[in-house]
Amino acid sequence: MTTTRAQRQQARRRQARRSVAISAASTAIVVAGIATAIVLSPGWRTIREFFFSWHYFKQVLPSLIDAFWLDVRLFLIVEAIVLALGLAIALVRTLRSPVLFPLRLACTLFVDVMRGVPLLILLYLIGFGVPLLGFKFLPTNEAILGGAALAMCYSAYVSEVFRAGIESIHPSQGAAALALGLTRGQALRDVVVPQAVRRVAPPLLNDFISLTKDVALVSILGPQEMVRVAQIFADYHFNYTPFVAAAAIYLVVTLPLIRIVDLQRRRALRRQSTLAFM
Amino acid sequence: MSGRSPVLELRGVTKYYGERQVLAGIDLTVEEGSAVALIGSSGSGKSTLLRCIDLLEEIDDGDIYLDGNPITDPGTDPVPIRRHLGLVFQAYNLFPHKSVIENVVLGAVRAQKMRHGDALEAGHALLERFGLAGRERDYPDGLSGGQQQRVAIVRALMTKPRALLLDEVTSALDPELVGEVLGIIGELKGDGMTMLIATHEMGFAREFADEVCHLDDGRIVERGAPEKIFSDPEHPSTRRFLARLIGGVGV
Repeated sequence: MTTTRAQRQQARRRQARRSVAISAASTAIVVAGIATAIVLSPGWRTIREFFFSWHYFKQVLPSLIDAFWLDVRLFLIVEAIVLALGLAIALVRTLRSPVLFPLRLACTLFVDVMRGVPLLILLYLIGFGVPLLGFKFLPTNEAILGGAALAMCYSAYVSEVFRAGIESIHPSQGAAALALGLTRGQALRDVVVPQAVRRVAPPLLNDFISLTKDVALVSILGPQEMVRVAQIFADYHFNYTPFVAAAAIYLVVTLPLIRIVDLQRRRALRRQSTLAFM
Repeated sequence: MSGRSPVLELRGVTKYYGERQVLAGIDLTVEEGSAVALIGSSGSGKSTLLRCIDLLEEIDDGDIYLDGNPITDPGTDPVPIRRHLGLVFQAYNLFPHKSVIENVVLGAVRAQKMRHGDALEAGHALLERFGLAGRERDYPDGLSGGQQQRVAIVRALMTKPRALLLDEVTSALDPELVGEVLGIIGELKGDGMTMLIATHEMGFAREFADEVCHLDDGRIVERGAPEKIFSDPEHPSTRRFLARLIGGVGV
């Protein structure tokens, strides 16, 4: 007996529906299990009062959202700087021209030191040190200084991600570009870097999700961004609901971000390859 | 064949990888409109020679001339010279993130400063001529090996090179796809394109080459008209090479 194409398709669809059902069911069971465990825990009444107080949630949410605007602006600006600076450092470290040796050395030192110093200490050094220099042209605004420290730290990490990506592109791609008469710079811009960026998109995204949250560290210098506002509220009312609310606000922003980039990566993969395995 | 001006001239071209000599004093002339085939076993230096001519590798001794001008003097900028040569690779080396038409126009737009519209038009015409019409928006991974190599040849032709350097362009192809690529090369030969061809396709070399050079261990040990090389090779290593090849293929 032969199986027709329609039968096979039907079987495949049935199987797909089955896997969706199974994963939905298992997710529901796990989530329900965790929720039940928390609710049934001996300390549930205390937990509910201190972490999930609807009263405080309603009260604190507007001021949190207000303060979050500073985080968003900081994140967007720092991310743009990090992308540009990280790629620039990676390119300098990839190029082999002897003229660039001093610059290459400076970049290597910068990347090593920035990755070697705890971000917290870097924030203190920049945030409290730079204003003491007394130069009129340097900013004294704590948010700007904190942003600068974040940008320095993350540029170092991101430059290494870019560099790994650039080095992972097979040399034959560069050779093919050069053979067409492109300059080394054009070969990098048109052929090597676009492929490298696609390849490192997932680790880059990782660093950026990490950055969205590390922006909160700027609060140690004084700016009242969301986590700082949550902390003040929590200290004042002796209730931790503001932290849960702040976490929820973060998730509202980061989860779609993660999904969107993941989706785009898959789309690019599918477009480039007919043999998409993933 | 004499009387035609040489497009490529190599004198004593020598190349080392570290201590290992891979090219040992190559003398070679490719005249306008002629096709020279380089044959020889893997590792004999054919690919290295082509890469040296396209200035992707620096030679350690000797000189290479393009239309009578030295191109390997120290301090010569390789970029403008490469624009006059077209190199096609064994593994195609198409840019996987660019569509077929984007692959084809990149060199013309970036290196030759051709207007984008003109480059598109020229690219479409060439793709159509070589049986790739309708494939413009496809990505390289969606094409067969033969199609990819044809795109790579079109890409090299877009810069209107003085000479085409073909590096084992059919070695990575399934046997039934070899013909479609060789057909193009035959057609280009008919157009009067000057070509230097590293190849394992002896039948092809016999049919299209004006001269066949046998490279062995970085030296041209024998050269001559294809009829002569294939029917009556003089050098023992050429005889061995051809016997091994023919024995292996069972022709």
